[in-house]
Amino acid sequence: MAFIDYYSVLGIAKNASEADIKKAYRKQARKYHPDVNPDDKTAEHKFKEVNEANEVLSDPEKRKKYDKYGKDWKHADQFEQAGASGGRRQRGQGNPGAGFGGEGYGGADYSDFFESMFGGSGGGFRQGGRSTKFKGQDFNAELQLSIHDAYQTRKQVLTVNGENIRLTIAAGIADGQTIKIKGKGAPGINGGPNGDLYIKFAIKNDTKFQREGDNLYSSEDLDLYTSMLGGELLADTFGGKVKLKVAPETQNGTKVRLKGKGFPVYKKEGEFGDLILTYSIKNPTNLTAEEKKLFEELQKLR
Amino acid sequence: MAQQELILIETLCTHYEIEVSFVDSLYSLGLIEIHTIEQTRFIPEEKVADLEKMIRIHQDLEVNPEGIDVIFNLLRKINNLRSELADTKNRLIRYELENQ
Repeated sequence: MAFIDYYSVLGIAKNASEADIKKAYRKQARKYHPDVNPDDKTAEHKFKEVNEANEVLSDPEKRKKYDKYGKDWKHADQFEQAGASGGRRQRGQGNPGAGFGGEGYGGADYSDFFESMFGGSGGGFRQGGRSTKFKGQDFNAELQLSIHDAYQTRKQVLTVNGENIRLTIAAGIADGQTIKIKGKGAPGINGGPNGDLYIKFAIKNDTKFQREGDNLYSSEDLDLYTSMLGGELLADTFGGKVKLKVAPETQNGTKVRLKGKGFPVYKKEGEFGDLILTYSIKNPTNLTAEEKKLFEELQKLR
Repeated sequence: MAQQELILIETLCTHYEIEVSFVDSLYSLGLIEIHTIEQTRFIPEEKVADLEKMIRIHQDLEVNPEGIDVIFNLLRKINNLRSELADTKNRLIRYELENQ
């Protein structure tokens, strides 16, 4: 267990006045306060150190004890015994939590040095009688899904910090979308509410369909004759094949919109986006002499 | 339609030991939503966590409502940058996997 120099934590001299301590504490608190440093473990640790330093140095009795025995804290017991007859609060040696009033930080939030010197009954970080409650830290997780998984509503069990969380992922969830599960983050500090769990979805698409919002885009090859004369085409959609009528004289790059054949709309059961197909006309290759002749005849007609 | 839970402003002020004027200044800066029903003012329950954060920043750090506005704007920016960074990292990982 190491000695902690509370004066250097606050960046003040040993003879600092009460006003100096308050000022230095405020300055450090503004820098490291958890509300202005979200999800920053280093700042959180530093904030605890700053609070502990303030708790000791802003309390004349604690400061006196610290100044006298700080570096030689193991002998502080003698000081305590000497003062016990004067009605001074006894510290819970060997049981840092003893005498803990239920307000302020839990014993674990103080350094071992503090616990050993002052016990766990410090009362926590308090301002004018108010104990500060903090919401627990939010957890962030990422869940990978295939685009096929995202196409249908599915139930999944996630294990976060040993706790099983049942999740219903509605069809149509988007890549990068984050859902919040209230109260499943870290426990609150000092009686504050639990943090939340944020799950971000990464949706992998290895299909021929490009997804943009609820619409899907893909291309369909069309042979020259069907594009010229019209006909039928068996086209792929996300949910299976559909038969399409192709109009005569269809141009390359023509887009057709298949209503309701796109991706499910998130949390709107039965609603789907559209599928936009782009026709890509494939000209015949390796023409026979006869085919070539017929094309030449066609050419003469134009 | 989902029902919204509303909490009476006076109840919040008593609980958190804050002046109604502090809530008014947060409202005038557009930092909180206030619903008025039959001349009684409420805050939506889902916004109370934000209000608590503002109270802590005000009381613990002695920051006035204008300062809280600045802090919230900067926190929002940090949050956006963080999620952009996370997106970019994910894309990079996918790109690296695809090109292995």
